Amino acid sequence: MDILDIIKPENQVFCKTKLMTDTALSYCPGCGHGTAHNLTMEVIDEMGIVEDTIGVAPVGCSVLAYDFMNIDMTQAAHGRAPAVATGIIRTWPEKYVFTYQGDGDLAAIGTAETIHACNRGENIVIIFINNGIYGMTGGQMAPTTLEGMHTSTSPYGREIKNMGSPLKITELIANLPGVYYVTRQSVHTHKHVRKAKKAIRTAFENTRLKKGLSFVEIVSNCNSGWKMTPNEANIWMEENMFSYFPLGDIKVDGKLK
Amino acid sequence: MSELKLMKGNEALAEAAIRAGVDAYFGYPITPQSEVIEYLMTERPELRTGMVVLQAESEVAAINMVYGAASTGKKVMTSSSSPGISLKQEGISYMAGAELPAVIVNVVRGGPGLGTIQPSQADYFQSVKGGGHGDYKLYVLAPASVQEMSDFVTDAFDIAFKYRAPVLILSDGLIGQMMEKVVLKDQVERISDKDLIKMNGYWATTGKKDRERNIITSLDLQSEKMEARVHRLQKKYVKMELEDLRYETIDCEDADYLIVAYGSSARISQKAVELARKKGIKVGLLRPITLFPFPKKQLFDLANQVKGILSVELNAGQMVEDVKLAVEHKVPVEHFGRTGGIIHTPEEVLEALEQKIINHGHFRHHKTRESSIL
Amino acid sequence: MSEEIIIAGFGGQGVLSMGKILAYSGIMQDQEVSWMPSYGPEMRGGTANVTVILSDERISSPYLKVFDTAIILNQQSMDKFENTVKPNGILLYDPNGITHHPTRTDIEIYQIEGAKLAAEMGNKKIFNMIVLGAFLKIKPIVKLENVLEGLKKSLSERYHHLIPLNKEAITKGMNHIKKKSKEKTSMPS
Repeated sequence: MDILDIIKPENQVFCKTKLMTDTALSYCPGCGHGTAHNLTMEVIDEMGIVEDTIGVAPVGCSVLAYDFMNIDMTQAAHGRAPAVATGIIRTWPEKYVFTYQGDGDLAAIGTAETIHACNRGENIVIIFINNGIYGMTGGQMAPTTLEGMHTSTSPYGREIKNMGSPLKITELIANLPGVYYVTRQSVHTHKHVRKAKKAIRTAFENTRLKKGLSFVEIVSNCNSGWKMTPNEANIWMEENMFSYFPLGDIKVDGKLK
Repeated sequence: MSELKLMKGNEALAEAAIRAGVDAYFGYPITPQSEVIEYLMTERPELRTGMVVLQAESEVAAINMVYGAASTGKKVMTSSSSPGISLKQEGISYMAGAELPAVIVNVVRGGPGLGTIQPSQADYFQSVKGGGHGDYKLYVLAPASVQEMSDFVTDAFDIAFKYRAPVLILSDGLIGQMMEKVVLKDQVERISDKDLIKMNGYWATTGKKDRERNIITSLDLQSEKMEARVHRLQKKYVKMELEDLRYETIDCEDADYLIVAYGSSARISQKAVELARKKGIKVGLLRPITLFPFPKKQLFDLANQVKGILSVELNAGQMVEDVKLAVEHKVPVEHFGRTGGIIHTPEEVLEALEQKIINHGHFRHHKTRESSIL
Repeated sequence: MSEEIIIAGFGGQGVLSMGKILAYSGIMQDQEVSWMPSYGPEMRGGTANVTVILSDERISSPYLKVFDTAIILNQQSMDKFENTVKPNGILLYDPNGITHHPTRTDIEIYQIEGAKLAAEMGNKKIFNMIVLGAFLKIKPIVKLENVLEGLKKSLSERYHHLIPLNKEAITKGMNHIKKKSKEKTSMPS
């Protein structure tokens, strides 16, 4: 049998969503960003809402998200994505607006914008990639860097006394009445990928139903920043990150779990 | 129907925004411009035209809300006063880079720092020399009356969409807080989403439909692409200088001396011109209405006619540098202005003209020439 | 015609609204007007002042050093503004709380006991209208009917029932003004 006999539409079991461009991802091998991008685009594709979707890219590793996501996108200043998304949703209340942000963007420089967009219950989706480090600028300490974790700006490990505790921003915003849905997921195994996609779908369905703000945290790895192989990074994540940032739903249908 | 009212400058601007069919206003309170958002909140423009008004958590958030709405092609604005405008500079730079139309209003107070809440024109440098980071300029309109606070809203949006660039209305506490007669324009309907997509759909992020995706960004990691972007911006600024320069001359035809002043200082200086002419001194006034583009050629030409020029500004001497550049040492150019929130009186302006230009003009002229030779 | 006026007193005396009513009255008779207040924290309990200009021509500076008329309602304002009245100009003041009375002899000085009259009328809020009436007696730059029209414009509708009271206060002010300066022209009738 020739290979061309196999490549036929009736034999297809999986394909890349057309909402991902053909541009090669600029992320490190083993990074969770690619999967998170793909899941978000699959959900938008499957819901048939691309014509009404506007994404907001952050500053950080995913600053070029618009190179990979084949949808209308606006690139925001560092930390300001929730304010940019507010400007869009307020003037286009029928649209689907989402931000895609990392931990430095969302939980450090953009804390005020994050909390206030959540508190106003803007009818948007926030996708929050938490890998406990600043990847793009070369592995500096993030607000979510774990205690004792070595980074280029905490070279002897994060010391709580000087540097504060890792910020559980997700738990923080879950307490705000304007926030309708809060969940923490990961994308490092097939099982987790499927759950994460379901969570993203729920978030966009909430937008459709005008329920207010939906917040999906994805705990991810940064093998380059953590200085590990992808596999080591995933194991380290399971052993260390998940105990401090436990996976699962935190707020569903406007009610805390 | 146009309507005659007695209004504060800030209120006239807010009312003009509703009537101009603005889609959204995002702001944060700060003296002396809080009347803008107060007026808008009181007027309920969401019922009058569907205009969105939102009090943001900070000036930083407000300008980024403007960025978001502007990136979808909407007609959107914000206003603040000096310290707040400093906070907005990041967003303004991003908008210039990402080529987004928007209107920003600065009702200037004295600085630096928290400064004073009283009127000032000390944000001239910030307004015309960039303000935020990077190679960009803003088209800057300087209203000198309550009427212009109203009229310039429409003018500013026309320019913003003509060039797809942020436009600054540079007012001050005096113009913002004073009341004058104002003829308000007729209500313009807001553009429907359908028409907006027809007009701006080729660049705005309105959702990918029947076209390739649109991206709004100011980032070009490839240097050649970034340089091309910078050149594209510079071309706009050249075009603004050729097509959209605005200024006003008062009593310049026979003038022996010239005062250059904008905004509130232009009003005060106009009275100084009246007082001077009563004394038999022929003084004229050049009022730049746009601070960028700046009336360089007009100043250069007037320098052939007058014996000296006084730049009157409520600051320690900022526009005077541009006046000097424009007249290329042909005549002496001096600065006069009070600071700290003190407003110079017409009498003080005339006295400064007499002391700095009329009585010492020749001597200083000589000195300037020598120093320029050295 | 051009009239340059400063009105100065305490915040809460109705200084700014008196100016506003004057400005509105000017608009009612097709004049150019400007109203330039002092603003900021000093409005709350401290001094407040407003420059009002009514003119048949385009107004140049809304901010002035000297005035045709100064209407002065407290001691601080007297200290600050007595010297800003142009020679032959007018200074009108309420003697209530004034310890250092004006001393200039090159201007016309008038008194109106606004605070006392307002108390007699049983409504302190019409104080500024009594003072305005006194001013209009000396300088009838706007007609009473235009003032009443101006009042209508500057008051929200739920206060329109107070217009007759305001009219009464203006008349009261017109009837109770006293000239203090000895020489110069006689009082206009």
